Amino acid sequence: MAMRRTDGGAEEGYEHYEAIVVGCGPGGAAAASRLADHGVETLVLERGVEAGSKNVSGGLIYAEESAPYTIDDLFPGMREAVGERPITDYYIHNIAGKKVKTYDLTRLHEHDTDWCDAVLRRRMDAWLEARVHEKTSETGGGVLTGVRVNGLLRENGEIVGVTCDELDPITADLIVAADGVNSELARDAGLMDWEEPDEWFQGVKAVVEMDGERIEDRFAIGADEGVAHLFSGDLFEGVRGGGFLYTNADTLSIGTVFHLDSLVEERAEPHELLDALLTHPLLAQWLGEEYRELEYSAKLVPDSKKVAHREPYRDRLVLVGDAAGQMQAQGPIIKGMNHAVTAGALAADAFARTRRDADTESAGRAYTSMLEESGTMGKLRPRRYEYTSVVSERPLVTRVVEGVLNSPVGGVAVGNPLAKRLLGRAYNSPLLVGMLPDTETGYVTLPSVIGEKLGRTVHWENEVEPPALVDRIGELTYDTDVGNPHIRLRDESYAASGAAVTACPVSAEDFGGGCYRAETVKTNGTEETLVSLDTQPCVECGTCAIVADTEWEHPRGGKGVEFRQG
Amino acid sequence: MRSVVLTKGVPDFSEGAVSFNEEGHLERGKTPTVMNPNDRFALEAALQTRVRHGGHVSAMSMGPPGYASVLEEAMADIYADDLYLLSDRELAASDTWATAITLCSAIEKYEREVAPVDLVFAGFKTADGETGQTGPQTCWGLEWPIVTHVLALDIDPDEGRLRAKRLVEGDVDEIETVEAPLPCVVVADPEFAPTYRKASHRLEHKRLRAETEARGEEYEDHLTTWDHVDLNLDSEYIGLDGSPTIVSSVDPIPKAPAEREATMVDPDDGEAMESVFEELTAFAGGD
Repeated sequence: MAMRRTDGGAEEGYEHYEAIVVGCGPGGAAAASRLADHGVETLVLERGVEAGSKNVSGGLIYAEESAPYTIDDLFPGMREAVGERPITDYYIHNIAGKKVKTYDLTRLHEHDTDWCDAVLRRRMDAWLEARVHEKTSETGGGVLTGVRVNGLLRENGEIVGVTCDELDPITADLIVAADGVNSELARDAGLMDWEEPDEWFQGVKAVVEMDGERIEDRFAIGADEGVAHLFSGDLFEGVRGGGFLYTNADTLSIGTVFHLDSLVEERAEPHELLDALLTHPLLAQWLGEEYRELEYSAKLVPDSKKVAHREPYRDRLVLVGDAAGQMQAQGPIIKGMNHAVTAGALAADAFARTRRDADTESAGRAYTSMLEESGTMGKLRPRRYEYTSVVSERPLVTRVVEGVLNSPVGGVAVGNPLAKRLLGRAYNSPLLVGMLPDTETGYVTLPSVIGEKLGRTVHWENEVEPPALVDRIGELTYDTDVGNPHIRLRDESYAASGAAVTACPVSAEDFGGGCYRAETVKTNGTEETLVSLDTQPCVECGTCAIVADTEWEHPRGGKGVEFRQG
Repeated sequence: MRSVVLTKGVPDFSEGAVSFNEEGHLERGKTPTVMNPNDRFALEAALQTRVRHGGHVSAMSMGPPGYASVLEEAMADIYADDLYLLSDRELAASDTWATAITLCSAIEKYEREVAPVDLVFAGFKTADGETGQTGPQTCWGLEWPIVTHVLALDIDPDEGRLRAKRLVEGDVDEIETVEAPLPCVVVADPEFAPTYRKASHRLEHKRLRAETEARGEEYEDHLTTWDHVDLNLDSEYIGLDGSPTIVSSVDPIPKAPAEREATMVDPDDGEAMESVFEELTAFAGGD
């Protein structure tokens, strides 16, 4: 008997949806929601057991006055349902040893800001997922979790759909890659790469338990208020980057973000830099000996100034959010989720506008010009940065400026009464902040000099004892895909992959319980240091894909780490 | 596709739940009743058919009124649309033969009064009786084909046929592919694994789950109970009177002696550990 296959086999042809959205974070959710508004049959594929279970962010989501879309436009009631606290105060602390000079950055924070909330991603994204599923179900689609899209389906060299671990290939008229910073689709399409550490930041974060009333008491805020504190200066061993502390409803998000190239150069251990922040005397006023960490997490952050793709499309594929490098991290301004929301919604509108076109790339082209016209690309890749960075990031220029700042003359310049007034104002200027060079000067030298010359010494005793890395890993939830590691070491020599031993946030020198470890092996009388890998503790940040020689994929759907806070 | 899944309540043999008396006999009264674990695979096979081809799934069980909870479990687990309980004093103490006669009559009544059935699913033997006979005997009564030990199932509704992969155990395990016309009885193997490789299947699965959750606790609204009168069965063909099998005696399996002597040894105490090794040396030969 000749039988037609009914299990979705190739003989029946591929399943087809008008649009496929890969990833159900804010970018994917925004795209899917707008597509549903336009009546487009939309299928959303999310690899986590629930949206948010694979997601980490520092924790602030902005609604910009100038943005064409904000998350509460698309998802009414979002702030009430999942916003932790609105951020009403914003400070930066310049630290030199125990001396600290604090500036109020609320004006900068409020520039072009309609509102800004602290959020935790598991809670927020899971809430978005439910709304998106409801909306997309009405179009004949819906959200599927536990499905990992692993690549692009091509016909005659043209992208026509996606391939998955859990499902047979699916074709679509539009494919939205909102699959995050380590987007497998963006790489498959050749639009993004994993080559240069200086194009990336790495963030690590601890979510710390603290009763809501205690938060209000210790941070001197009301029940409907929240605060953001930023930290820079010499507390991070000269690694370029800084720290943050955001108040949630009944937790704190405390983290550090560093330039990945600087982390590698200094052979710094990310978890130790986080500990340096947690144990600094300045934090004693907020954290007590009852310090209890709920979750340790990490994430790679694209530097949009360098990698935000100017034409984030190929054939029917468009990139949205982190997948397109749309993460604005400039001095104390850190904005990612809002741009992902805008981009997702614009990509959907672009498709709706060009739906009847025979040209498969017209949606991508329309999306690109909408990113430009809406001013989004201008924020991600500011022109003034491109003019000034050519000059200011040259090593010689850096050395000269550093020399002046560190000299008695430079120090006096920062320390004089006029500078005192001007520095606060300069920090609050979006224009000047946009020009801050991405060198040690902005992150370390200037803040340390400010701290040293203008700071007051803090004498508080910090009693926080951060958990050891082994305990941080132990507290995380994993569903390990036994026998099927998602990362393979291509080159196990220390020269090629040794940087991962320190840069990986769940590995460390002389620590056997992490992902990467260095071992000295004796063969035929010669001694060699080799790198070995165990993917079990992996938090899927993607650091090693850049700093080591690996074949890097995400785990299959639902497998790997599951963040509860995010 | 319309399916009927046969399921049975069995004592919960899991540790902590099961209760035995001093002679080692099962205490039914003190041991909770749960769905026969093997039936889960039959239910999964029925659900897969429903998800892929649409239609309707009914879960059916014969047993005391308390078995309604087993059917409730079936509804929660695989989103059965409605539940049928065959329950009545006259049906008590049935062996597999009398049970099969009862189930067969119920399926025939269902076909007459509710809708024609395409597939009957049964599990691979129960945890208490372990006979594996009830499904095949019911099938014999229906005069349908039967496919047992099913690992994977594919149905062609247009042709009215099924194709199944079945496990053939022997010196070497083999997987055989068979085809059969509908209606048919399918016995799912404990290794049956449903597969949903289409997005539309997974979306339908998700929709059914949400729909079942919305039905919530009201499973009794979907429960129909039939007694032997409803089934038009003469009491001499059912229950104890209709059961040719006589269990003459049950011998408890001797249990390992419960009393053991334990000595605590500090692993850092060299001398004490030495004596442990001495004790163990006698068993180290491997023969």
